[in-house]
Amino acid sequence: MSCWQTVQDYALRSIGIGERLLPRDDFTLCQQFTLIGSGMIWNVYFGLLALLAGFFLATALALGKASPNRALRKPAEWFIFVFRGSPLFIQFFFAYFLFLSLKGVSSIFDPFTSAWLGALAVLFLNTAAYSGEIFFGALLSIPRGDLEAADAYGFSGWKKFRKITWPTMLRLAWPAYTNEAIFLFHATTLVYFSGFPAWRQKGDALYYASYFADKTFNPFIPYPILAMYFILVTLTIVGVFGLVNRHLNRHLPAERRMRMRVRPTLLR
Amino acid sequence: MFNFCTDPDTLPQLQWFACYLTTGKHMGFYASFGTVLLLLAITAPTALLFGFGGASAARARLLPLRWFGKAYIALVRGVPDIAFFLFFVIALDQAFEWMRHQVKCPDWDQPVRQGNDFVVCAAAKMPLGTSPQWVHETYGFFLAVLTFAIVFGAFAANVLYGAMRAVPYAQIETAEAYGMSHRQTFWRILVPQMWVFALPGLSNLWMVLIKATPLLFLLGVEDIVYWARELGGTANPRFTDYPHGDWRMWYFLALLVFYLGFTRISELALDRIMRRLSHGQATAAGEAQRRTAGGPP
Repeated sequence: MSCWQTVQDYALRSIGIGERLLPRDDFTLCQQFTLIGSGMIWNVYFGLLALLAGFFLATALALGKASPNRALRKPAEWFIFVFRGSPLFIQFFFAYFLFLSLKGVSSIFDPFTSAWLGALAVLFLNTAAYSGEIFFGALLSIPRGDLEAADAYGFSGWKKFRKITWPTMLRLAWPAYTNEAIFLFHATTLVYFSGFPAWRQKGDALYYASYFADKTFNPFIPYPILAMYFILVTLTIVGVFGLVNRHLNRHLPAERRMRMRVRPTLLR
Repeated sequence: MFNFCTDPDTLPQLQWFACYLTTGKHMGFYASFGTVLLLLAITAPTALLFGFGGASAARARLLPLRWFGKAYIALVRGVPDIAFFLFFVIALDQAFEWMRHQVKCPDWDQPVRQGNDFVVCAAAKMPLGTSPQWVHETYGFFLAVLTFAIVFGAFAANVLYGAMRAVPYAQIETAEAYGMSHRQTFWRILVPQMWVFALPGLSNLWMVLIKATPLLFLLGVEDIVYWARELGGTANPRFTDYPHGDWRMWYFLALLVFYLGFTRISELALDRIMRRLSHGQATAAGEAQRRTAGGPP
């Protein structure tokens, strides 16, 4: 079977298009590249949607945690504490079994027991908590002068938030947020190892990589392939977030710009 | 455990739970919390050692060594840690067996990799097929510790490398001006001063390490996740004296609470250490302490 044929059969295998059966023996390098790449569709799906949705909840959480109103502050603090203080792996397990028991209560929860929605919900809440803490830190370090200047110009309420507070918060938080995005994409590999079933063997990249490693007893081929794909994803994130960072800092003189760290620090 | 546990079917709720939670299997569950703590106690210093090695290598003057150090740091940053866990557990096992194979069976003429099999001679098996169960379990745990140490060593190397670069360069210049050799500068000037800069990163790493411990489950160790799944699953009255429905949700809730408590206590302890170490230091935290104590601005 030619490599092109393999690509046609397996490139969309993880979303159920193409050949149903996974290869069972005589694994070729081409099959491994194609199937692990096919699994990456799920990693990108989970990462991208959780990141986009989490961004808005994170902003709300940061504002809640910084709010002087106790009724807003306490829930935000607890939410962030619970999701940052416990392992994501345990959160996945707990959520999966929670959804399983809720399934008996109402059929609304049926889709939550499959990974595409259930795991996405957990990842969304988790990344919202981590990003919320980052945004909260940034919110506290907005220079007082900026806010005073906004007051002096007559900005208030929504307009002040939209034009001054929020962009400055994002600008300050961006390097750490980039790091969080990288971690989130890495965390998506946990999904199919934590209770959520891979229905009809439609899994993510790590699922297929470990399938090959189990079948061939040779971890030295599938895992480096997986590593290569993830390094590509990481580089893409760094690139895209770097562009956004440049946009956020465009009004500053060159020497005051927040430089993106080439080597992001461990911030989780 | 208790005397009244002989016939669980007739017990009232409270006593039933007292009996249920003290069965032999539950004792195994509680013991596995010890496994997690043991893993942390062994891994943390080992990872720090690996990290120190990695960071030193990344600063080495020998070019290949420097490349090795930098690649070690960079690779773990770009690839999910769980992929490393799954990789190293098999790779390390095969590496050990292959090395023993080379030493113990030098006249073996077949290749080690035959198609989809990894074949070494019987004497090179790790652990030996004849050894008792506990040797197998200890070996599995040892592999897990080594894997954790390699992965978190790279994170620690990242932190320590940054801390080494944060030490003011004037300190090193001064040391060289006093005629210290490269080695002396490293051990007498750089290493003692880097810890203050490394501490925030290392305490963060400790939290990440705590939250990575459930991954032991993926490495085949009978840890708390394994037991929670075992015990929580629906218990059929035919096989057990304590039948119940699917309680896995509650078991994982208990684990969630355990981890929340653990990270919270660590956080408080680390804050305290940081406060003590910042005392009198010329850093922002030390300055803030001085001001609240009423020092001159």
